[in-house]
Amino acid sequence: MPEILQYSFMQRALLAGLMIGVIAPVIGVFLVLRRLSLIADTLAHVALAGVALGLLAGVNPVLGALVVAAVGAVGIERLRVAGRLFGEAALAIFLSGGLAVAVVVIGLSGGFNVDLFGYLFGAITAVQARDLWLVLGLGVTVLATVAVFYKELFAITFDEEGARVQGVPVDTLNLLLTVLVALTVVVAMRVVGILLISALLVIPVAAALRIARSFRSTLWIAVVISLAAVLAGMTASFYLNIAAGGAIVLSAIVLFAGTSLAVRGRA
Amino acid sequence: MRTFERSLTVSAATDPPIVAEVEHICVDYGVARVLDHVSLQVRRGDFLGMIGPNGSGKTTLLRVLLGLLVPSCGHVRLFGTDIREFHDWQRIGYVSQKAVAFETRFPASVFEVVLSGRSGRAGLGRRFEGQDRAAALAALDTVGMAGFHDRLIGRLSAGQQQRVFIARALVHDPDLLLLDEPTVGVDLDAQEQFYALLRALNRDAGKTLVLVSHDIGVVAEEVTQLACLNRSLVFHGSPAEAIRSGALAQMYRAESLVVSHRH
Repeated sequence: MPEILQYSFMQRALLAGLMIGVIAPVIGVFLVLRRLSLIADTLAHVALAGVALGLLAGVNPVLGALVVAAVGAVGIERLRVAGRLFGEAALAIFLSGGLAVAVVVIGLSGGFNVDLFGYLFGAITAVQARDLWLVLGLGVTVLATVAVFYKELFAITFDEEGARVQGVPVDTLNLLLTVLVALTVVVAMRVVGILLISALLVIPVAAALRIARSFRSTLWIAVVISLAAVLAGMTASFYLNIAAGGAIVLSAIVLFAGTSLAVRGRA
Repeated sequence: MRTFERSLTVSAATDPPIVAEVEHICVDYGVARVLDHVSLQVRRGDFLGMIGPNGSGKTTLLRVLLGLLVPSCGHVRLFGTDIREFHDWQRIGYVSQKAVAFETRFPASVFEVVLSGRSGRAGLGRRFEGQDRAAALAALDTVGMAGFHDRLIGRLSAGQQQRVFIARALVHDPDLLLLDEPTVGVDLDAQEQFYALLRALNRDAGKTLVLVSHDIGVVAEEVTQLACLNRSLVFHGSPAEAIRSGALAQMYRAESLVVSHRH
């Protein structure tokens, strides 16, 4: 067995990493194509408030992040549908609001601590057994929901109005998608950290878009690129002793550059 | 609703049934009234051209018919049912303006685009089945795009894309097809093919068509019914009557006024 698989903390880290490697691009493809990539970033900052509240209250911070991010997702979607705020203003309010709550709560709890740093930049090797179960449960929930509503999500992504005219419950599914983004963000938080989450949702999809010949193939190619980035990043992190979150995102960027060059070479 | 059904039985002996009807529709955007007490009936087998200058409310009226916009007053009935209680959306096909102005980098194959037109019919949360795939291929065949199913939608010409969008609107076999300015940005050859396709759908396949267009001359030649809109309904009848009554000339003047105003 290679050294990287001999430690139980690395086994847990790899399982968590592979799960996020699958679900991030699956959700990301819908966000990127609908120009909603910023929602992931926003919910990540809202989740940070949940982490801080969880740490303060002494409950599992991942659970705190989950609850607060889900509530934030519903709030964002309500504001977006109401349409009273221009463009991305709603997102900006939630993004900075989440960060503000986090900063205040951290101050109340007596300052910045090491735990919080892990949530900002990822601490995948610190994934505990109970975190792993939560991550796997959330990941399976996200994948199963997308599988069930795949054709509706495609129809809405391609032409929201056309889907509405067909009787597809667009508003309900939009809300569902936003909640799925919240779940994905909470899972990704442990792996790459809040500040790097949108990279995992966006970069593999952006790479896949350069080579895919259909929507379905975009999804599969993005998942393959994302898994490759997670594995490469974690291997590099283990053997070179560098930060896992950063290594994963950098691997994804290298793969993105690679597909861009390959496409240019072919043309 | 009850009174409507009565009127339907009275007129059934002479006219085909009404498939879509608006009654005293008003739409306001802020303080501006875009549609002012418009009443209009579409009967089965009609090929209705809805024309009018820019800002005359054509697209707005179409959106009201589709339930995308709730009017500030008036009633909408589809196939005899008040729109608020209407759920049989498979009977309606819609080709939106998006058909000519969509994101061409969207990674979807022609087949995926057409198949997505079956989303409502297949049922929420259900997978597409063999019959859905067969219907998608048949719809592509109808619009003369068989063999293009695995091509990226963004790589096709504007005219080809337009035909794919019509296939998507036909794939769930609607009785009523609504098209919003579908010839914008399409070259003349493709336009001719497009109108030939609409003629075939109307005459041979028995579809009821509503075509919104600013292209007054072409539309007047193709359709069986004309509705001239300029915030209120100026005229509704056959193209020949439109010419006789001077309504068509009035529409031309209104259009040229808008055009000269813009230059």
